[in-house]
Amino acid sequence: MTIREIDANTITDHVAGLCVKANTKLPDDLVVALEKAVQIEKSPLGRQALQIILENARIARQEGTPLCQDCGVAVVLVEIGQDVHITGRSLDDAISEGVSLGYRQGYLRKSMVSKPFSKRENTRDNTPPVIHTDIVSGNKIKIIFIPKGGGAENMSRVAMLKPGDGAEAIVKLVAETVKAAGGSSCPPLIIGLGIGGTLEKAALLAKKALVRPLENWNEDIEIAELEQKVLKKINRLGIGPLGMGGTVTALAVNAISYPCHMASLPVAVNLQCHSARYAEVVI
Amino acid sequence: MKSQVVVSPFPNEDIKNLRTGDSILVSGSILTARDVAHKRLSAAVEKGLQLPVNIAGQTFYYTGPSPARPGQIIGSCGPTTSKRMDEFTPVLLANGLKVMIGKGQRSKEVKDAIRQYQALYLVTYGGAGALLSKCVKKAEILAYTDAGAEAVMRLEVENFPAVVAYDVWGGDLFGQEITRYSNFEL
Repeated sequence: MTIREIDANTITDHVAGLCVKANTKLPDDLVVALEKAVQIEKSPLGRQALQIILENARIARQEGTPLCQDCGVAVVLVEIGQDVHITGRSLDDAISEGVSLGYRQGYLRKSMVSKPFSKRENTRDNTPPVIHTDIVSGNKIKIIFIPKGGGAENMSRVAMLKPGDGAEAIVKLVAETVKAAGGSSCPPLIIGLGIGGTLEKAALLAKKALVRPLENWNEDIEIAELEQKVLKKINRLGIGPLGMGGTVTALAVNAISYPCHMASLPVAVNLQCHSARYAEVVI
Repeated sequence: MKSQVVVSPFPNEDIKNLRTGDSILVSGSILTARDVAHKRLSAAVEKGLQLPVNIAGQTFYYTGPSPARPGQIIGSCGPTTSKRMDEFTPVLLANGLKVMIGKGQRSKEVKDAIRQYQALYLVTYGGAGALLSKCVKKAEILAYTDAGAEAVMRLEVENFPAVVAYDVWGGDLFGQEITRYSNFEL
């Protein structure tokens, strides 16, 4: 097995490009899901909102203006092959510099503040990013960049349910979360569900669930059934596009599960707004 | 849907005539204000200090735009969550603020204050900042330059789309529409 060397500068350049791309171009499967939503939405105000959302995506793509003024926290999911050796500087530094460059060059809004509960001074280049790294087999690096806006993230939750509560409690938790969020989370939503593991594992799974292709259900039938049940329940809440009332409150429910302690049932609900932006690259 | 054009600052007669659920297009002058501006303005009111901007009769838009590219008037400028301004809103309404534009539900206190002071709460389209930026014809900073994206700006807008959420009669778009479509059989 030969080790493949990757220059940190290559990573920085790719990350900078991903920041701009993700913030100005909606993923194709999301555009398809929104176009479908216009067809099935029953509320006139809801349909109008969906049409505006689609028109916004067209303008952003064409003019390179950010889809939303909230260009988010820079969340970066990295899968790094164990046969890769990064040269020049650390992986985290390379990514962080890419975020700084991308947000400045792309005229993206910088939303990060340094001291969460005191000074809240803007760091001016949207760093530091939130990086999650997995070591996998192979000699490539996969980077997924998710600009995560505050509106939907603020209304997300982690709950430690009782093991005996079962699927019904999960459906109820998601419904309560979406209801409390109302229009402020910018529905129609993508709902990331992390089930099992521990407190932080569930939250991370929920985040990772947000980037699954929208037309797919979980491969495990039992989990797919839960996803469908949750989606049906959410779309009967009546919240609708941007909370103006309607029948499309969520476009997709993506769940990932993981084994957990016999005493636990951790569940994380990560809400993602209709501007469910992300971009990825394999180096 | 047909939308009526309304001028901002809103004439009192329009404020009284507009109803929850009306789709409107706002043209004229609006002021941007979000978390930092609300905190500072309400603190100034409570201390009896003069405000750096006259809010009487004005329209507040809760937004923190992305930076304008060279040649652009403003960057992406959609609404932020209104709920975060709730604790500061009644005192600003008591001091003459008339119309607010944002996204999402508000507290009971804000709803009551809207009726009491004969004001309006409008919602616009969250996540449609690129489209909404096209409605802005002029932008100038009025106060709190140090707050960056959170500075108070005066925007000249044309046909800025919004929906009346809370009207002077106690109407509530969310209560009304969400009830209508909940448990809807597809």
